[in-house]
Amino acid sequence: MTRKVAIVGIGYTGCRPLTAEVSYKELVYEAAVKAYEDAGLDPRRDVDSFVTVAEDFIEGTSIFDEYTPDQLGGMLKPNVTIPGEGIHGLATAYLQIASGLVDVVVVEAHSKASNVLTLPHITAYAMDPVYNRPLQANPIFIAGMEMNRYMWATGATQEQCAQVVVKNKRCALYNPTAAYGANLEIDDVLAAEMVAYPLGRQEISPHADGAVVLVLAAGEVAESLTDLPIWIRGIGWCNDAPSLETRGWGRAIYAEGAGKMAYQMAGIRNPMEEIDFAELDDTYAYKELQHLEALGFCQFGEAGILTAEGVTEPGGALPVNVSGGNLGCGHLLDAAGLRAVVEVVLQLRGEAGSHQLPDVETGLAFGWRGLPSTSGAVVILSN
Amino acid sequence: MMTAQIKEFPGVGLRESDFEQRKVLYTEWVPNARYAWDAGVAIGRYLAELKEGRLIGVRCRHCRRTVIPPRVFCEWCFRPMDEWVPLPDTGTVNTFSLCYVTWDMRRLTEPEIPAVIDIDGTHPPVGILHLLGEVEPQAVQIGMRVQAVWKPPEERTGSILDIRYFRPVREG
Ligand SMILES: [Zn+2]
Repeated sequence: MTRKVAIVGIGYTGCRPLTAEVSYKELVYEAAVKAYEDAGLDPRRDVDSFVTVAEDFIEGTSIFDEYTPDQLGGMLKPNVTIPGEGIHGLATAYLQIASGLVDVVVVEAHSKASNVLTLPHITAYAMDPVYNRPLQANPIFIAGMEMNRYMWATGATQEQCAQVVVKNKRCALYNPTAAYGANLEIDDVLAAEMVAYPLGRQEISPHADGAVVLVLAAGEVAESLTDLPIWIRGIGWCNDAPSLETRGWGRAIYAEGAGKMAYQMAGIRNPMEEIDFAELDDTYAYKELQHLEALGFCQFGEAGILTAEGVTEPGGALPVNVSGGNLGCGHLLDAAGLRAVVEVVLQLRGEAGSHQLPDVETGLAFGWRGLPSTSGAVVILSN
Repeated sequence: MMTAQIKEFPGVGLRESDFEQRKVLYTEWVPNARYAWDAGVAIGRYLAELKEGRLIGVRCRHCRRTVIPPRVFCEWCFRPMDEWVPLPDTGTVNTFSLCYVTWDMRRLTEPEIPAVIDIDGTHPPVGILHLLGEVEPQAVQIGMRVQAVWKPPEERTGSILDIRYFRPVREG
């Protein structure tokens, strides 16, 4: 019998293109202080364990896990760092509590993307050193190939992909923590320079700096801390074949697997009926369409049509990325999924301000690990 | 099975020359990983003071510690630090080593002497990592009093290398 687990505290900095005024430790500290105030906890006294999600090659420091405790208040306590999507870290924290090991766990992820001067080279270094890397191609072509196959397989159009950009960047105008809000038309998106056919410049989410800290607690502790615990009802993660030669190019199979795991745990049979809104990875515009289908909100090939019909607009039947998503907020690298979780928590608490959705009870956040990965993680939350 | 009992190992052994002559799978890639870390408030002030030939720490009124290098928050108390504290460039050797290999693995006959120097005025004593100089390696001792040797102002860049090394204080 696993224990119930809730998110009882959230802290985050805004997503900004640059954060030259603070170090990464100072950025994380800001988010952490806010999260502990939100949870009503003293980290030195009340938190049992700390999980950080970070990648050495992004941080520019090997054995980065040595650098995590101070800014979280985690000194002299259990700390662990995992590389992965932020929601993988949330799953790790969830397991520590659900298993009965500890009662209160903090999970943190951050982005100082602006500090990585050679980010495309870092991504290239993730490619297979024997089969792929010698070609010396910018890995963005992977997104181009995936989008191409996806549109071929589904009949989704360039206009439908562009509609995702228009929607998400417009939503971002109503989110004070988003960095890249804009009022664009579909033609503006289609007229942007081609980066890796058929993927254009405006369909690629720009990077941002920022930090996210979440506080998780076991059921009875959560209820003693807050009147508004946000319950983790389902959590799942999955990897497709990583090889560029054998992976499924049209479908986001990793998201199908992650969704299946989380839906089973949450007892959800019809996502469109039982989930009120979603924050889905939109690192590239077509990814939002792929992920909508993979997570069972519609059939394969229907997401573009639903998007064109406005179903995923803030006023539609299934608002998607009302925060602005990665396209509108800015992509926080491994913290992107936790930024999506923050949005779901705010909506479920009724604290989303000018972009609050009415009457929401259940939301879903999905994070993709980024190029060249076929790795994703999802969480389903309810108030 | 004990290794000594094996007369002939299975498989084919590899020699360094096999790699040099590329008789085995060989691939080479020089990672292009460059970063520009934002120094932020604490490190930024630390480096700016170094450029002026000064050390600076911070004090937490809650746990009454004075520490160097500075940070904006106290990691013990998880609250903001209260004040900047100018510190002298003198201290005491907390620990040291005599290192006979360089960072890139060249052998040295005269060792480098990395040391943690507990800076005067910190409480409880905490140190900065640096090198010792103007001292015979065999004469270095834990507890030894040392002082920073600074580069001339026009050569300083805002780096820990603005201190060349610490040398023994010649007292009296
Ligand atoms: Zn303190």
